[in-house]
Amino acid sequence: MGGWYLTGLIFVPTLGAFGVLALSDEVAIWRSAFIYSLIPLVISLHLFAAFDPHQAGYQFVEQYAWIPQFGISYHVGVDGISLFLVILTTLLVSLSLLYSGGGDITKRPREFCFMMLVLETGLLGALLAVDLFLFYVFWEVMLVPMYLMIGIWGHGRKIYATFKFVIFTMLGSLLMLVAILYLAGAARAQTGHLSFDLPDLYGVALTHAQACWLFAGFAIAFAIKVPMWPVHTWLPDAHTEAPTAGSVMLAGVMLKMGTYGFVRFAIPLFPEIAIQATPIFMTLAVIGIIYGALVAMVQPNLKRLVAYSSVSHLGFVMLGIFALNTQGLDGAIYQMLNHGVSTGALFLLVGMLYVRRHTFEIAEYGGLAKIMPMYAAFFMIVMLSSIGLPGLNGFVGEFLILLGTFLHAPIFAWFAVAGIVLGALYMMWAYERVMWGPVTKAVNQTLKDLSRREIAVMVPLVALMILMGLFPRPLLSRMEPSVNALLVRVQAAQARLDAAHAHHDAARHAGHARALAALGASLPPMADQ
Amino acid sequence: MNQFTLSAVHFAWLPILPLIAMALGAMTVMLVGPQVDDDDSAGLGVIALLTLLIAFVLTLFTFSQNHLAFGGALVADDYAAFFDLLIIIATAVIVAMSLDYVSDEGLAGAEYYALILFSALGMMLMAAADDLIIIFLGLETMSLAIYALAGFMRRDPKSNEGAIKYFILGAFSTGFLLYGIALVYGATGTIKLEPIRAALAAGNASNPLLLLGLGLMLIGFGFKVAAVPFHMWTPDAYQGAPTPVTAFMAVGVKIAAFAGFMRVFMVSLGPVSAEWSGVLWVIAAITMTIGNLTALVQDNIKRMLAYSAIANAGYLMLGMAAAPARAAGGAMLYYLLGYAFTNLGAFAVVIALARRSETRDRISDFRGLARTHPGLAAAMALFMLSLAGVPPLAGFVGKFYLFSAALGAGLVWLVVIAALNSAISVYYYTRVIVEMYAREGGEVTIEPLGARPALLISIVVAVAGTILIGLYPQPYMSSAAAAYASAVRRPAIAATAALR
Repeated sequence: MGGWYLTGLIFVPTLGAFGVLALSDEVAIWRSAFIYSLIPLVISLHLFAAFDPHQAGYQFVEQYAWIPQFGISYHVGVDGISLFLVILTTLLVSLSLLYSGGGDITKRPREFCFMMLVLETGLLGALLAVDLFLFYVFWEVMLVPMYLMIGIWGHGRKIYATFKFVIFTMLGSLLMLVAILYLAGAARAQTGHLSFDLPDLYGVALTHAQACWLFAGFAIAFAIKVPMWPVHTWLPDAHTEAPTAGSVMLAGVMLKMGTYGFVRFAIPLFPEIAIQATPIFMTLAVIGIIYGALVAMVQPNLKRLVAYSSVSHLGFVMLGIFALNTQGLDGAIYQMLNHGVSTGALFLLVGMLYVRRHTFEIAEYGGLAKIMPMYAAFFMIVMLSSIGLPGLNGFVGEFLILLGTFLHAPIFAWFAVAGIVLGALYMMWAYERVMWGPVTKAVNQTLKDLSRREIAVMVPLVALMILMGLFPRPLLSRMEPSVNALLVRVQAAQARLDAAHAHHDAARHAGHARALAALGASLPPMADQ
Repeated sequence: MNQFTLSAVHFAWLPILPLIAMALGAMTVMLVGPQVDDDDSAGLGVIALLTLLIAFVLTLFTFSQNHLAFGGALVADDYAAFFDLLIIIATAVIVAMSLDYVSDEGLAGAEYYALILFSALGMMLMAAADDLIIIFLGLETMSLAIYALAGFMRRDPKSNEGAIKYFILGAFSTGFLLYGIALVYGATGTIKLEPIRAALAAGNASNPLLLLGLGLMLIGFGFKVAAVPFHMWTPDAYQGAPTPVTAFMAVGVKIAAFAGFMRVFMVSLGPVSAEWSGVLWVIAAITMTIGNLTALVQDNIKRMLAYSAIANAGYLMLGMAAAPARAAGGAMLYYLLGYAFTNLGAFAVVIALARRSETRDRISDFRGLARTHPGLAAAMALFMLSLAGVPPLAGFVGKFYLFSAALGAGLVWLVVIAALNSAISVYYYTRVIVEMYAREGGEVTIEPLGARPALLISIVVAVAGTILIGLYPQPYMSSAAAAYASAVRRPAIAATAALR
């Protein structure tokens, strides 16, 4: 299985980006950008159909030498962990473009479409890269269009948000770069040749201290991206000030790069350290879940509320990942998709309000269900999906995560459950204040319900919520082989740790025994012994 | 034996041919100069460009020669050829971006282009020198011309201030360098680079005379590459000088100074690297940190780029601190290549923004550029991203190569410091992009680039270089590594010389 599927997937958007630059008519720009984004969507759906669900390794692999001096190659492939994130990305880009063309973005549409398509290249490339250098390149490439999107089409304190976003992310990624370089250097010291290929780097033997530092280098970069408490502070600003499509891409896909990074790189490369760091990450995840929910609850700004809900939801994903068992990891990956679909939809809905009223303040709304019934209905489904109502997608992910966490360390599961309750609370409360009650503001009386285009954007997402809620099997079955392959590595590491521990214990016991024997010999025998 | 000597003598002229061409070209410019009006000096620039073209072609012949000339004063190796080509290309781009600038500002064209060529001649001499005195000669030829160029806008107080500062401090620092050379001569009994290396390799390391000489030379070179704490002249000289000259200082002077610095320290003084690599570790760390932190608060783009040049000197010295590692030299050469194209481009955009008698060199002057001149803004954004180290541009791959070499030498903490510094630098590079793209207001209208084709070409060349060197680095990495290797692989050449 080869072909050019993945290369096409990654670079058709780039071609599209430059194709769009040549156009000048606004309608043509939006239309062609949308069509360019449909091509990768179709390719990714083909991948889903042609994907071999029984295989754990990379499929559709392509590999060409790039910088041979450094053992760097253009090596891409897709497995059960990345497949669905790829589809999520292509889908959300298409929907964002479809939505943004409907009046959300009026300023400089050509540049906007350019950024969006370049962003798609960066995201897909980072998801598909098997070479660490290539991954890093795409990881950084996706940063640039995102900060320009916030900077140019954002609102409010957009400049501040842009800088915060860039500095936080770059700080993490540069430390990761050092870690990548060090790891490759360590591999060369053992194998004699330099390589940045992920499979080559799995077997590198490191001292415990080295592995700790390297894991930290990766983990900080990914934790910033997730974002985990306490490095989450860039997120509310970036999300709130970004244009709707920017928020959708940020929340929908970019945050997943952090969690994906843990699953793809940090944990399989350094499984021992990941196991040992589990309590730290689970604690931070739980703090994130509850902190995010509590802060979301008191937000007067609807978009900020959704932004903080992301902190909370991503905490669940991290919890599932660090449960380090099948249920937890399956649930985490499932929840990444859920969050992309649900929060993406929430940001779209919030954006739809904003184009009508130009405010995110919850107090400015009220009683919208009477004026915009269809909007209220969509919002209801999305909100229920987000809080994990059984039958919708959110439930499957949260359930699996809680199950996995419970199997691993029940105490964290209890806190996480509290987070779910809080999540339901702030979401429903916000819904109540926006949708129900009397119409308090006269301007709201004349708001129009959803347009055809807006419905077209929402329908695929809502359909996905229902489908993923009722039929998780086709997704889970494709993830499982890859997840299990990862867990085999983790269990091997656990066994090594146990062995080392047992050895250590045995040594200590032996030491004790010797000491006791010596003591016994030196003491006079006691009568009552 | 006899035939060999003949051929050696015959080829002994080859290394100096590009230099002769440069000198002749500069003199031609001076001779033709008086017949030309100052408002119409572009023709002189074309003569300068032709000279550079000839020198370029002649330099190509010096590749893979690897022998000494003039009794060991000059060496024709790939290292010299690599640097010579880089200096010639950079000078050509600078001449191209000067064509309209010089005539628009009414500067004296004959002197300007002649000084540029003489200065480039000195740079090339530094790269090809195999003798401390010749290095000093090259450095002075380069510097004297640059001092004059920095103060070229006679009526501008800023230009005067910068030039005076540069001159006084520069003269002082060359004094240090010369004193250092004298002491090293005293310690080793020779001024030739290879015999110095041989003497040091044979033991003789902790001679106090040598260490003192080494320290003084370090100060001399540190001044020229603008390393902290010898960097004080940089921002004023950069800001005051005519913008193309600033570009020349940031690119040409830095490349040439590193060419000499690296050859003297990493090759000749390589056997005693334990004595100086620790000092360079510290200088590299403070240079990049102070450069980046100070750049954060600059409002003037030329000052910002000056501090950015200081920070880049810090990154480069990361490679020197890793000295015994062979990979570090190649990494530095590759880094300089990417740095040259990126910086030339950035300065070309600054020139494009300037209007007759009105210098637009505040960062806020870039506000709104993306709306009025999207192409120019995109080019500037590209250069800033490359400087900030965003892949897949030249600046990133350079850092990647450099960091990787330094990690290979075990300088983990210095690399971490460099990585944190790169993250800091993202702020001020991004600031330019934010001004151009995100801030509201500010209508920049500039003279269309179509009317200034030479400037347009230099920007296009810089864009192409920045992308190509980053995206397809393999050939450039190979030639950089080969060039450095040729400088280290000296014993073979020395043997030939002895034979002769």
